[in-house]
Amino acid sequence: MGGIPHDHYEPKTSGEKWLDGRLPIIGLLYSTLMAPTPKNLNWMWIWGIVLTFTLAMQIVTGVVLVMHYTPHVDMAFSSVEHIMRNVNGGHMIRYFHMNGASLFFVAVYAHMFRSLFYGSYKAPREVTWIIGMLIFVLMMGTAFMGYVLPWGQMSFHGTAVITGLFGAIPLVGESLQTWLLGAGAVGQSALNRFFSLHYLMPFLISGLVIVHIWAFHTTGNNNPTGVEVRRGSKEEASKDTLPFWPYFVIKDLFALTIILAIFMAIVGFMPNYLGHPDNYIEANALATPAHIVPEWYFLPFYAILRAFDNTVWVVIFAEWISFGIIDAKFFGVLAMFGAIVVMALVPWLDTSSARSGRYRPMFKWWFGVLVLDFIILMWAGAMPAEGIYPIISLIGATYWFAYFLVILPLLGVIEKPMTPPATIEDDFNAHYAAKDDDTQPIVSPAE
Amino acid sequence: MFHKFILTAAVAVVSFLGLVSGSAHAAGSETHIEDFDFSFEGPFGAYDTNQLQRGLQVYTEICSACHGLKFVAFRNLHDEGGPALPEDQMRAYAEFYEIFDETLFEGEGDFRTATPADHFPESGLANAPDLSLMAKARAGFSGPYGSGINQFLKGMGGPEYIATLLSSYVEEPQCALDMETPMDGYYNTAFAAGGYPDECKGDHGEHLYPGSWIGMSPPLYGDDVEFADGHSTEIVDISQDVAAFLMWTAEPKMMARKQAGLTGVIFLTVLSVLLYLTNKRLWAPHKAGGHRKD
Repeated sequence: MGGIPHDHYEPKTSGEKWLDGRLPIIGLLYSTLMAPTPKNLNWMWIWGIVLTFTLAMQIVTGVVLVMHYTPHVDMAFSSVEHIMRNVNGGHMIRYFHMNGASLFFVAVYAHMFRSLFYGSYKAPREVTWIIGMLIFVLMMGTAFMGYVLPWGQMSFHGTAVITGLFGAIPLVGESLQTWLLGAGAVGQSALNRFFSLHYLMPFLISGLVIVHIWAFHTTGNNNPTGVEVRRGSKEEASKDTLPFWPYFVIKDLFALTIILAIFMAIVGFMPNYLGHPDNYIEANALATPAHIVPEWYFLPFYAILRAFDNTVWVVIFAEWISFGIIDAKFFGVLAMFGAIVVMALVPWLDTSSARSGRYRPMFKWWFGVLVLDFIILMWAGAMPAEGIYPIISLIGATYWFAYFLVILPLLGVIEKPMTPPATIEDDFNAHYAAKDDDTQPIVSPAE
Repeated sequence: MFHKFILTAAVAVVSFLGLVSGSAHAAGSETHIEDFDFSFEGPFGAYDTNQLQRGLQVYTEICSACHGLKFVAFRNLHDEGGPALPEDQMRAYAEFYEIFDETLFEGEGDFRTATPADHFPESGLANAPDLSLMAKARAGFSGPYGSGINQFLKGMGGPEYIATLLSSYVEEPQCALDMETPMDGYYNTAFAAGGYPDECKGDHGEHLYPGSWIGMSPPLYGDDVEFADGHSTEIVDISQDVAAFLMWTAEPKMMARKQAGLTGVIFLTVLSVLLYLTNKRLWAPHKAGGHRKD
């Protein structure tokens, strides 16, 4: 595909020729499946398959759940219990779907940090990155709305808190919140529209996934060296690549089965571990849970939201300079969305000439701290906003912004990258030659 | 290569399992929840039918006076893996209950004897919560430090919480007894969410005694029921019996779920071995010094 020379599909039978003249779909599928793929891809390149599988699983289980679910404030909770108790296999389908959201975010965060380390967002792959960020935002919206549907305590009060964020926007906030909820407060109209959107958005995501794949098939995959595939001739390109089928399909499926085995163990043995007990209590507007905590995958951004209270000097300054329009609450909302925006802008913030972090001696450390920062923010987001935790969140949030806005632009200037291998073939051979020295020659398993 | 993948997977799993969850019931609860050893714990654990039947008896004779089980149908009492009452016993049990049926009496509704298809009644007392899902709606364990590790190792602790709560009514501390107007409710060392008098707080507002005051009067004292098989009726035992029963009402499909989980894990593990070997063989010619051997 794209610039990498490779074999194209030639219709052979008269039937194939007939179809190809009208709709070249076999050729499209052939090119997609046989896409020349850098042969040095490591195990961090498996998350795309995991994500595609999870999307399909969520849609299939979701469609079945909808057959038994009732989006009504008086019936939603008991219809979920109906699924859990009376629908054949319903308890498994529901737990798959519920934990599938967690699998989705584990995979998407791994996928994103992979890109951030190996510079997969850099030219010419900016569009792939931006589409990926759009998918990520849609995923967060979908997951949030899905969590509302069981109509438990955390569903209800979580919705009140999150839609309240939009209420913090100056001037238009209150009307915006009412527009989102379809009413002045969380209730039937909110449940109905969230149900509708929760069903719609996965299909938007599916569309964007196709565009995402189209974009990176146009540029070709990045790889751990960040060195591009040689495109001079088909001969040359085939030294750097192997076709996606069967090499990467089998490899990815192997990784997928291991991940699914872990997933299956969680669904089978501890399906509520990642959930919140309060959501097994039916929604009650009059009883607010002691601690409203979002699902784990929102926690890093939730921590950033809460980090900026009115004791932080930036917040005080912003409030003063804007004549009070930007108060602490609105500042927190801006910071939370800003944390995602700066990440989306990383292709233009990273000034380094080197693509892969593997050849960037200083970057490696800053990146490692970023991963640690993300984990600490996740933890701080789950803790009550008192004592030391807001300070930890503030430090974490500051690093998050500093990484994208200060460290990445500066590193490109002050860091001297190492020289990557000349070709992907060199990297691949060096890797396995080194291995061959101290291990037995690879023996093919018996037929 | 495989080693690296394992490492990657391990990092993913740790960041996923180790650092999330928990959190919720961490703050403010200076209570200790006993980690009872229930038969249904762990990947191979199963409900103890006899214990569920004893728990049903405790529920029926004591809890049901105030608390409902609205999501549980009488027919479920006959379910394999649950209390597994013989069908005639289950039918006889349902007939104990009078159900309000709004289709009777020309649409005005009337009471009739319950059938196996009917559900247990809702709570009779306005402020008594329904118990169907109670064992999943409470977490007995949390932490340490919001890490969720305890819940990973011990389980969420719903049934442990119930069993501990039922056996944690103790004498009020002196500071509360000295108050002019006594506290509403009953002092319980396992209950964190209730009222707590300022008289029993320290200089920095910290609670000097565990737990708080709960609205529910002590439901069990020991020897509240008599079991046909002569099983112990000490308070710790019947508390666990009813907690186990409530775990079943909350998660009646637990046995089927664990079975499916185990089958899935075994199937996927075998499949992954096959795919590993396929992958290794597929790539071998390309990895051997980069020379294609085909």
